[in-house]
Amino acid sequence: MAGESDHIVAETAARIFADLADPQTVNRAPDGTWRAPLWRALAESGLALAWVPETLGGAGAGIADGFEILRMAGRYAVPVPLAETLAAGWLLSQAGIESPAGAMSVVPALPQDRISVGPDGTLSGRARRIPYAEEAAHLAVLAEGAQPMIALVHASQCRLDDGRNLAGEPTNAVRFDQVKPLKSAPAPARFDTTALMLMGSVIRAMQTAGALEAVLSLSVAYANERVAFERPIGKFQAVQQNLARLAGETAAALAVAASAADTMAHASPGDDAVRLESASAKIRCAEAATEGAAIAHQVFGAIGFTREHVLHRFTLRMLAWRDDFGNESWWAAELGRQVARRGADDFWPLVASR
Amino acid sequence: MMLQFDPIRLPPECEALRREVRAFLAEEIAAGTFDPHRPGHGDSHNREFSRRIGARGWIGMTWPKKYGGHERSQLERYVVTEEFRVANAPVRLHFVADRQSGPILLKYAPEHIKMDILPRICRGELCFVIGMSEPGSGSDLFAARTKATKVDGGWRINGTKTWTSNAHIADYMLGLFRTSPPTKENRRHGLTQFLVDMKSPGITVNPIIQMTGQHDFNEVVFEDVFVPDDHVLGEVDGAWKQATSELAYERSGPERFLETFYVLVELIRALGPDPDRRSAEGLGRLVAQLHTLRRMSVSVAGMLQAGKEPIVEGSIVKDLGTLWEQKLPHRVRELAAFLEPEAANRTGLEEQLAFATAVAPKLTIQGGTTEILRGIIARGLGLR
Repeated sequence: MAGESDHIVAETAARIFADLADPQTVNRAPDGTWRAPLWRALAESGLALAWVPETLGGAGAGIADGFEILRMAGRYAVPVPLAETLAAGWLLSQAGIESPAGAMSVVPALPQDRISVGPDGTLSGRARRIPYAEEAAHLAVLAEGAQPMIALVHASQCRLDDGRNLAGEPTNAVRFDQVKPLKSAPAPARFDTTALMLMGSVIRAMQTAGALEAVLSLSVAYANERVAFERPIGKFQAVQQNLARLAGETAAALAVAASAADTMAHASPGDDAVRLESASAKIRCAEAATEGAAIAHQVFGAIGFTREHVLHRFTLRMLAWRDDFGNESWWAAELGRQVARRGADDFWPLVASR
Repeated sequence: MMLQFDPIRLPPECEALRREVRAFLAEEIAAGTFDPHRPGHGDSHNREFSRRIGARGWIGMTWPKKYGGHERSQLERYVVTEEFRVANAPVRLHFVADRQSGPILLKYAPEHIKMDILPRICRGELCFVIGMSEPGSGSDLFAARTKATKVDGGWRINGTKTWTSNAHIADYMLGLFRTSPPTKENRRHGLTQFLVDMKSPGITVNPIIQMTGQHDFNEVVFEDVFVPDDHVLGEVDGAWKQATSELAYERSGPERFLETFYVLVELIRALGPDPDRRSAEGLGRLVAQLHTLRRMSVSVAGMLQAGKEPIVEGSIVKDLGTLWEQKLPHRVRELAAFLEPEAANRTGLEEQLAFATAVAPKLTIQGGTTEILRGIIARGLGLR
C-alpha cells in the first residue's frame, strides 16, 4: 500500500521525467543531447540507485518506492537504462557489493542463460538480450558454480553484439571469456537465477502497467478530439467498447503488477506465493501489452503508425518487455507445472492465500 | 480518470474465518447436504442450509447489529462469499438478499420495515428477487412500463416482470415500477423502487425453463397488486438516483469470475502432477488470469470497505471476470483434448464441462451485459 514516502519518490521521478524525458520532445529530438541531463538528474536524485542501501553507495529507498519509480518510468517510456541500473544495484546489494556510479545492466536476462564461475574466479558464458548492455559502464552478474556468485564486471571486459529490441533500444548478447570481476561475493542462500528472473519480471510488469496507463490516457484524449463522420470518434459505441477493453487491460496490469511488487517488498524469495505473484504479473502484463497495443493503434489509425507520433514509444517498448526475464509462455509453463505438482486440491488454497 | 487497484491483502482475522468456513463446508459435504463436485445437480437452494449459515453469522455480515447484522468488514464477507462459491454450495436462497437487497433496504427502507425484515434475512429465512427486466425492457431499465398507480394508503401495481431469478421461491421482490412518465429532459425520471411481498394477492409466477434444463427464471405477472405506502424505497420517481451505488457491490464480487471455476480444478486433477508443456503453459496462463482477477476483486472489496463507490472499477472486474469464466470451459476443453481417455477423473471432467459450457452464455448477460458495462466504463473514462 502506498505510504507517504512512495508519493515523494514517485513525484520526484515524475517531475524529472516531465522536465527531461517528455516523450514528445525526445521523439522529435534530432540527436541524443537530452540524454546526459536526464541521466545526471536521475543519478543526482538517487533514483537510479534507489534499491541500494546507503552503506553500499545508494539512496536506500524501499522496494515499494523503487517499483513506483518504474511505474512512472513506464508512463514516460523513459529511454535510458534506469530499470536496468535499479535491477543491477539490487542484485549487487544482495551480496553486499557496493554499486558504482553510472549506468548498469544485469546478467542474465533470460531464464535459460547461464554464466559460470570458474575455479579461478573468472566468469564465462554467453547471455542474450541483456538490456542496454551497450550503454552500461558496469554489469551486475549472477554466476553459477560450486556456489552461486554475484559479481560486478566492467562492461568493456565483455564482447557485445549490436542487438536492438523492437523499440530500437540496445539489447545485446554478451559474451564472457574468463572475465575477471572487479568484485564478487557469494549469493545469499536460496538466491538463484529464478530469484533474479522473478524480480526482473516484476520490474517489466510495473513498467508495462505504467506504459498502459499512458497509452490509455493518450487514446482517450485522441478519441475525444479526433472528429470523423461529424463527431468525435469517442462518441461511437464501437470505439467506446474498444477503449473500455483497453481500460480493462490497463486495470488488470496495474492490479497484478502492484500486487507482485507488494509481494516482493514483503515476502522471502522462492516460496510458491512469490512465484504465483511474480509469474502472474509477467504473464498477465504481457497479455495486456499485446491486447492494449493493438487496441491503441486501432484507435489512432494511421497517425499512430507514424514515427512522428509518440504512440510507438509506449507500444513497442511494452511489446519488447514481454521477452525480457522470461516471456509469458515460459513463465506460464513454469506456473502450470508448479500448480500441477501441488495438485488439484491445493490449488484454491494457493490462490486464496494471496 | 486514474485507475487505481491497490494491493489490498485480507487481514489476519480473515484467515481464521476462512478456516471456520472451510470446516463448516466440510461438515455439510460429509453430511450429504450437497456434492461440491456436481454443480448443476440437486437444488441450488436449501432453506435449512441457509438457516445454518445464518446461525453462523455469515449473512448480513457487514450490517449493523441492531438489524441482526454482525458489523464485520467487507473483506470478511469476501472470504465467506468466495469459499461458498468455490465449494459450489447451494446459497441461492439468501445470496441476493445478502448481496444487494439487504443493503438497499438498509439505505432506503423505513425503520420499522428494517427492524422487521433485515434480522430475518440475517437468519437465512428470506429469499429476495430482483424485479427489473420486463418483456419490453432488459438492459434498458428505464424503458420499464409496469405501473404503480397511487391509491389510498399505497400503490396498485399492474404489468409483468421477467427473467426474475428465484421468483418461485422468493418471499420478497425489490421491484422497479413506473410511477410517472419520463420527462423530456430526463428519460430516467418516473421510476420508483418498491418492496413487494410475494404473497400479495394478484401475483402470478410463471416458470421459464433455461436451456440447461434448470429453473431459475420466471415471469411475474402483477394484477392490481396492492403495496402499502411504507414499502416505497427512497424517492418517488427518483429511483434512477439510487440504482448506481449498489452496482459496485453487485458487480465486483468473487461470484463474477468463479462461476465455472470447478472445471479448472478438475483439469488440474486430470493433467496429473507432470503435465506436458502445452498443457502446463495453457494451465499457467489460466492461473495467472485468475490470480489477477481475484487481486482486482479483493482490491475493489477494499475500496468498498473504505467507503468509496468504485463503479468503474467494479464494472471492469465484472467485464473481465465474466468473459474469463465464460471462456474457461472452452479453454479447459482444448487443454484436455489430448488426455488419455482413461484418465482417472475423465467422466467427472466431461460432466462438469458439459454443464459449464451450457451455463457459460448467461454469465455475460446477467447483472449487466458486457455492452452495458463497457458503456459505464467508457463514461468513467470521459467518453460520454
